Amino acid sequence: MKKPAQFWVKNNTAGIRHMSYVPDAGHSTLIRLFGDDPQVVANVLTTEEEGVAIACGAWLGGMRSVVLMQSSGVGNCINMLSLPVQARMPLLLLVTMRGEWEEFNPWQVPMGRATQAALEAIGVTVLRAETGADLVETVAQAAGMAFDGDQQIAVLIGQRLLGKKKW
Amino acid sequence: MDRRVAVAKLLAARDGALVVTGLGSPSYDVHAAGDVAGNYYLWGAMGGAALVGLGIAQAQPGKRVMVITGDGEQLMAFGAMATIAVAAPDNLDVIVLDNQHFGETGMQQSHTGKGINLAAIAAACGFTQARELRDLGEVDALCADLLQPGTGPRLFVLKIKAENLPRSLPPRDATFIKTRFRAHLGLATC
Repeated sequence: MKKPAQFWVKNNTAGIRHMSYVPDAGHSTLIRLFGDDPQVVANVLTTEEEGVAIACGAWLGGMRSVVLMQSSGVGNCINMLSLPVQARMPLLLLVTMRGEWEEFNPWQVPMGRATQAALEAIGVTVLRAETGADLVETVAQAAGMAFDGDQQIAVLIGQRLLGKKKW
Repeated sequence: MDRRVAVAKLLAARDGALVVTGLGSPSYDVHAAGDVAGNYYLWGAMGGAALVGLGIAQAQPGKRVMVITGDGEQLMAFGAMATIAVAAPDNLDVIVLDNQHFGETGMQQSHTGKGINLAAIAAACGFTQARELRDLGEVDALCADLLQPGTGPRLFVLKIKAENLPRSLPPRDATFIKTRFRAHLGLATC
């Protein structure tokens, strides 16, 4: 995840200068790189749906925002997603997957299994990335469709790409 | 205190502030005081009002943002008080219209009617000002205070009468309100 994150921050052509996150190990490089950038507003959240509401506010005020979370957090977001879906506001979620590949913690499995279906049920478009190169291209495409086309898009980053959690 | 009179006072003194409303009666109160392009009304997304306000405040640091919501809506955004305090915008004010009940759903008593003090919680989180107001005279004083720039987020709890007033319904078309709000700020509408 380090290389795709570095590449994406360096080539932030979508003009995203606003980020909210509940940390995940898979997002740690992006959180650090974005958090260190004085041009980027970064919010740490107590729960993931806060990021959805903040991103909508940022858009209302003219900024492009990205929300980072792990798949377990998608479950927390469902009702709040009615705001960008109903208002047709751009939304870009980057979701690191748990519970689907070399997962040691079975408690991650149910929400991992439900992530894509839950997002699609509320009206969010889901894209998946399984390799580093794929991830950069997919996120760039998702950002374009979100911010230039008023779409609500989640990119699910496969756990196979992230690798087994190290303890 | 009378919620409509209190909200009308706050909006008469808004001085260009952008306003976000929480679903239910706060949206009706703000609409009753005059429907303008600088208002963003929520009809759902319960728990989102103060956070939508935070996003606007961060994107528009030169403008003041006033969130007007209810006790039930803010209770659902309990963690948001921590998130906003940590983000520390100096242009965000949260007004909680606190009737100590869930007014839209049959007037069941809420947590604030059972002893939870939202102003004390905001203060503990680190809001630079947070207090309860109990009469319209205090709201007049607050209107004057709010015209002074803040040094961080502020939260005020207005203890209002528990009553269901005639509804004053804002448009339910969320895209229309979004587009009108962004156009008001001179932003492209898509």
